[in-house]
Amino acid sequence: MQAIITAKNLTKRYGDLVAVDDISFNVLPGECYGILGPNGAGKTTTIRMIYGFSPMTAGELTVFGLDLRKHLCAIKSRIGVCQQENNLDPDLNLLQNLEVFGLFFNLTGRQAHEKAQALLEFMSLDHRKDAKALELSGGMTRRMVLARALINDPELLILDEPTTGLDPQSRHQVWERLEELKKKGLTVLLTTHYMDEASRLCDRLLIMDHGRILVEGRPADLIRQYVGHDIIEVAEPSSDLRAYVKARQLQVEDFGHRMIIYESNGSNLYQEISKKYCQEGCLLRMASLEDVFLKLTGRELRE
Amino acid sequence: MKSLFSMVSWMGLFRVWQRNFIVYRQNWKISFLAPILEPLFYLLAFGYGLSTLVGNIRENGMEISYTAFIAPALIAINIMNNAFFENTYSSFVRMYYQKTFDAMMATPLTVNEIIAGEIVWGATKSVIATMIMMAVISAFGLIQYPSGLLLIPLAFMGGLAFGAVGMYFTGIVPHIDLFNLPFFLFITPMFLFSGTFFPIENLPDWAQVIAITFPLTHLVNLARSICYGRFDGVMLWQLLYIVIFWMVFFPLALYKMRKRLIK
Repeated sequence: MQAIITAKNLTKRYGDLVAVDDISFNVLPGECYGILGPNGAGKTTTIRMIYGFSPMTAGELTVFGLDLRKHLCAIKSRIGVCQQENNLDPDLNLLQNLEVFGLFFNLTGRQAHEKAQALLEFMSLDHRKDAKALELSGGMTRRMVLARALINDPELLILDEPTTGLDPQSRHQVWERLEELKKKGLTVLLTTHYMDEASRLCDRLLIMDHGRILVEGRPADLIRQYVGHDIIEVAEPSSDLRAYVKARQLQVEDFGHRMIIYESNGSNLYQEISKKYCQEGCLLRMASLEDVFLKLTGRELRE
Repeated sequence: MKSLFSMVSWMGLFRVWQRNFIVYRQNWKISFLAPILEPLFYLLAFGYGLSTLVGNIRENGMEISYTAFIAPALIAINIMNNAFFENTYSSFVRMYYQKTFDAMMATPLTVNEIIAGEIVWGATKSVIATMIMMAVISAFGLIQYPSGLLLIPLAFMGGLAFGAVGMYFTGIVPHIDLFNLPFFLFITPMFLFSGTFFPIENLPDWAQVIAITFPLTHLVNLARSICYGRFDGVMLWQLLYIVIFWMVFFPLALYKMRKRLIK
């Protein structure tokens, strides 16, 4: 199966700063591929190179089997892009926003109009089609940006943090729409720093930091491989517990007031610990992508 | 130069132009107001107020009224202002505040097409303003026809030249407030000293030399010749000067905007 996107040794430098440092990955047809990482990891720079916004410094990039350097326009006409900032056209109403974008993709006026109407309905925005872009709520704006990215019936949809800053209802609405699109066979590439979003939408993903790829794989595999099956969280761990985990050579992370114990086989360990060592409270939960993410990228703040 | 044009598709350029035209159409009543009222105000204030003091003016051996002297200049000034304003403040707002160009760059449009489309749009605004002003000024009987119709292509060429200069500044100013500088140092001196309200022969010799380098001086002369229906070979040189201005600043504007937009 030919990949939709093939990135080989992709690199982007701004002067001395290496924003993306020699990364390689590929995205297959029909899959939703996630790029995860803390702020400043190089996620946005990576996808900007893929939709031709930023020229790459080095490496090779093939989209739809075409060399991006040689066929940029042909590639751009087949992808839909949701940029991070909401850059709807404030001088136009919603319907016009979509129509004008259709014209940029060389649709005829009539095609653009029909497509715009259909997309407003799909995004449940048809009742606001005469509204100006700035009159919309955050959730509506995002749906509108998503609608605009679909105006050319793209074969690949690129989303840069599609739900950042949205309330839970709006996020779920965006996810539902994306899942519908995925079912129709659309290939999706997205960046996010929400782990629940990545677990829900992504078939495969990579986690990057400081411009490099840390891991790549299916979410469930990554969880099993890096943090195991379950997590035991202990509040105010005692010195007895610390001695116990050391003696048993368990994988732990100790934050002083809180300890995280990674467990890969069965729940005997939880019963033992909760009986003997839990003064302030213990919690057994499934390991999640967030545990993988924090384990790999560390817990210090990124600002 | 050739490779520069091959990077711009006419269709892409037209689409960018079309976006601006759709927005313009929504507010055309307000946009029409300025080119209707401005020449009226100027003709009343300068033409009728000042002409009693000034009397007639000898221009190129011809005795003409002061109103007839300034009317073509008003058109030339508007050609300059419309394109320059559109490709400075308005383009900057679209680029910097509205991120309109960023959104366009995620479509098959290229930066060259976006910027060329903006400049052609600026020239279009010059043409629209010129046509409205022509209607007003013709009511005073100050334009000879059919030669006066040549003001329309002149407005387009002048608009392209001043728009390209404006877009060049948009490519280099760090902040919108700094547009005061080109307006104060470039537009205002031209507005006053390009033979607009008095013949440049009234200036001291050294100032005349500077005035000759102003593109507006040549645009004013061309507009006068067209309005009076008086044609000679000098007009070709004057037109050439404006074309050269465009040919220098158009590629410069594209270059600076590419540097600014492509990260």
